[in-house]
Amino acid sequence: MKLLKGLTLGAMASALLLPTAVVAQDKVELVIESWRADDLVIWQDTILPAFEAANPGIDVEFRPTPNTDYSTALSTKLQAGTAGDLIMVEPFDFRLQMYLDGDLANLTDLEGMENFSDTAKSAWSTDDRTEFFGVPLAAVLHGWIYNADIFEELGLSEPTTAAEFTALLEAVKEDGRYTPIAMGTSQDFVPGLLGFQLIGPNYWKGENGRAAVIDGSLSFDDPAFVDIWKELASWGPHLVQGYQGVSYPDMQNLFTLGTSAVYPAGSWEIPIFNSAVDGAFKMGAFIPPAVDANGECFFNDHMDMGIGMNANAKHPEEARKFLTWLTSEEFAKIWADAMPGFFPLSTHAVQTDDPLANTFASWREQCGSTPRISYQIISRGEPNLDAEINRVTALVMNGEMAPEEAAGVVQEGLASWYEPQQGN
Amino acid sequence: MSSDNRPSAGVPIGAVGKHAVLIFFTALSIVPVLMILVNSFKSRRAIFSDPVAFPGPETFSLIGYHTVFVRSNFMDYYVNSLTVTVVSLVLILILATMIAFALAEYEFTGNKLLAMFFLLGIILPVRLGSVSMLQLMVSLKLVNTLAALICVYTAMGMPLAVFILTQFMRQVPREIKDAARIDGANEYRVFLLTLPTIRPAIATVAILTMIPVWNDLWFPLILAPAPETQTVTLGAASFLGQFLSDWNAVLAALSLSAGPILALYLIFSRQFLSGLTAGAVK
Amino acid sequence: MPGSVSAPGKRRFPIHIVVFIAPGAVIYTLFLIYPLLDSLRIGFFGNETDGGGFVGFRNYALLLFDPDWSERFRGAFVNSLIFFFINVFVQTPVALMLAALLANKTRFSTFYRTAIFVPAVLSLVIVAFVWQLILSPVWGVSRDLMGLFGLAQFFQPWLGLQETALTTLALISVWQFLGIPMMLFYAALLSIPEELTEAARIDGASSWNVFWDIKFPLLLPIIGIVTLLTYIGNMSAFDVIFAVKGPLAGPNFSTDTLMTFFYRTFFGTGFQQPNPVMGGAVAGATFIILMAGVAAYFFLWQRRVRSYEL
Repeated sequence: MKLLKGLTLGAMASALLLPTAVVAQDKVELVIESWRADDLVIWQDTILPAFEAANPGIDVEFRPTPNTDYSTALSTKLQAGTAGDLIMVEPFDFRLQMYLDGDLANLTDLEGMENFSDTAKSAWSTDDRTEFFGVPLAAVLHGWIYNADIFEELGLSEPTTAAEFTALLEAVKEDGRYTPIAMGTSQDFVPGLLGFQLIGPNYWKGENGRAAVIDGSLSFDDPAFVDIWKELASWGPHLVQGYQGVSYPDMQNLFTLGTSAVYPAGSWEIPIFNSAVDGAFKMGAFIPPAVDANGECFFNDHMDMGIGMNANAKHPEEARKFLTWLTSEEFAKIWADAMPGFFPLSTHAVQTDDPLANTFASWREQCGSTPRISYQIISRGEPNLDAEINRVTALVMNGEMAPEEAAGVVQEGLASWYEPQQGN
Repeated sequence: MSSDNRPSAGVPIGAVGKHAVLIFFTALSIVPVLMILVNSFKSRRAIFSDPVAFPGPETFSLIGYHTVFVRSNFMDYYVNSLTVTVVSLVLILILATMIAFALAEYEFTGNKLLAMFFLLGIILPVRLGSVSMLQLMVSLKLVNTLAALICVYTAMGMPLAVFILTQFMRQVPREIKDAARIDGANEYRVFLLTLPTIRPAIATVAILTMIPVWNDLWFPLILAPAPETQTVTLGAASFLGQFLSDWNAVLAALSLSAGPILALYLIFSRQFLSGLTAGAVK
Repeated sequence: MPGSVSAPGKRRFPIHIVVFIAPGAVIYTLFLIYPLLDSLRIGFFGNETDGGGFVGFRNYALLLFDPDWSERFRGAFVNSLIFFFINVFVQTPVALMLAALLANKTRFSTFYRTAIFVPAVLSLVIVAFVWQLILSPVWGVSRDLMGLFGLAQFFQPWLGLQETALTTLALISVWQFLGIPMMLFYAALLSIPEELTEAARIDGASSWNVFWDIKFPLLLPIIGIVTLLTYIGNMSAFDVIFAVKGPLAGPNFSTDTLMTFFYRTFFGTGFQQPNPVMGGAVAGATFIILMAGVAAYFFLWQRRVRSYEL
């Protein structure tokens, strides 16, 4: 008890009487709210020092929240007025409502916004694309990453059609030493994001199909969509035994430990895999194979990260200065070097020397690209389209729901609140 | 079956079975915890290629601990967490003891109702009040101070502490208090006289209130996320990524963060039981 | 029975009672009760789209009768009940058994009980990580372990299957908190006077009979309290589910409980926008469900077992 009392008195004095947040008076401190704890080191060591060196009056702090708590913590802090001046924003409808509610500032006339294409800016704009609320930071591309050593050992080559892809899976399975696909369905976002959204664009013909769903002329019970779920259902035998209980970290480890031939990737995996594989085997990447030999190819090119400004920012002027710096060529270069796989969205021509990232980027020349189908306009009601796609795709891959039924459930849910789809 | 454990001729079969069951559950409780500790000393590749293996010369790695110490101010986090935990605990003990004394000692209108009122807090999920709580802290200018956390945790710990301590206060023999009153002691002195009786409860209240405070992630996240006020649990969580968690650092940080609370638990655990003995059966 | 003789000094206004109670009550009310009630309050108001005015129990009616809400609400309620029942029917008997073994003048009992309590000290991040690692089909920890007993073919990816995910999560929760009821039962057993059991023993009763005929009835009050605490803790289960399964509580909502449902509704998730008014109603309904359990305890259980009290 004596010890306790002693400790307490000291602690109480220091804890209760000293408010923290002691900032030097002459410096402005900006806080960036973010869900990307992954990139903390790069912001702290590389990006922010470059800005601070050029702007000695401003201190910027990158303050990530664990990904799963980001949304909740952010909206709580915004409501109470304690959020940072700079806010990292997910694309499309994730944060549009936050802008419409007046929590995010209008950045339409921000100096430097002209350094982005309209497509890049569209992910952080109102539906009529006249107002913008986020500086586009990076895009991620979806495709397959493969273990080139296994391919060489088994005499396999990059597939270009769905039939070739199936043959490849069969060949790996036949050989028996490796798992064909490193994938598990334990977390719902994996089948949805890394399955459905990965191979889907080939089936719904990229941007045209996405636009057709939004205007109501294409519905989710169309054979094109049923076929996506059919292909996903056919993967079951090619996954590791017990894949229903395999989590996302598990599948990353399965692949990077060299046990699997292919991995349903996004380009965000590139830096992760580079360091995890660490030269143990060679990696390559191929675009999701086209549906048939003459078919056009499409892939998912997705605006992923942007940075907006708190509408009630304490230092709007400095915050805008920082945002303008994010539009510069200097930043694009730093970013491209530090974050291979997260492709800068500005029109400055910057190059990365990561071969895998360059393979992904080269697809932009060859094939049509489109963002994720459920991210704009059609996930604004209940039942939520994006969540429903994740849910039913997991069931389909687990063999607990037929592809046709999945298509019916998703379409019915969407049509229940989305008017353009109600005529179908 | 033999109820004593003096070594007698022939070990009773019941005792063997008894220890077998207890050893089984002890292993079940401890082995997963040891797995965390053991894996925190291994390279990432080794963690996942063989999670049950001990680190060998090939797989031993301090990279996680290195990352934690280079990337975060773990010592500051310790000080913050200890401050919050200890100050909350002391406040809970003082305030709840006073309430418990009043509830146990005096018959007044609304006594039962007040006792029920103090139970409300364990029934409602605290996260529910997050927005109002943060707004309150803003208006009190307590955001990003440890005081904000202390206030919330003190309030959160109150119900259970009042509940347990009231049981103890009821056991104080009436004669002692009445004798003091006859000698002219006022009610505050009578209160001080009863304090020694709650000593055995201190450890119990301490263990049950410290654990959730130490491990809480949510309130540090919204009330005090500034680097100067980060707690160990929040510090450890910063290594949980969107697509790749730095498991080496997470395991190292969690092992480090569990250290002090485990130590506090072991210190109090000898007393833990005595607090329950009086508090439980009533 | 606890002393309840009315205290002296009733003539004046008992200012000392206020002095004893007020400081704690103020902190408790200000920092806990007020924010909670303030959030419950919004459950009685409308959304911005319908004017935001007072709507009485409309949100509660939606929750119960509108198929868009009632299906999820019912699912969450049933899952919470299952979560609670698994905890009661696994945790309570095991804790009771361990406590009885420990109280039986067992050597090393301090070591055993200290060790079994350790998981309750850990943060949930640790617990979620280690059990996902152990139960993962990929790394083979549980499969190999089951193989030692020739049971390898019974291994399933329990955390991933609709039929077993909820049960598995409930058992992880049992694992973590087993030490708490065990300690409560153990303490209660130790406080049973020797004389009560000595007489029976002399009459030749077996340990088994002594336990069931004499000790168990005396434990009923504490079993009631433990059951009540288990009810409160598990009907509002959240952390372990959120840590392992995320806010969507998959697969196919099979692990969705009242609190994960509340969290999704109140704070939103992914593209689902926050709906604080309905969230407030979900929280209010949960509160009513919890209060019903508390009331049942006080009126049905406590009255009946009172006669056994020492």
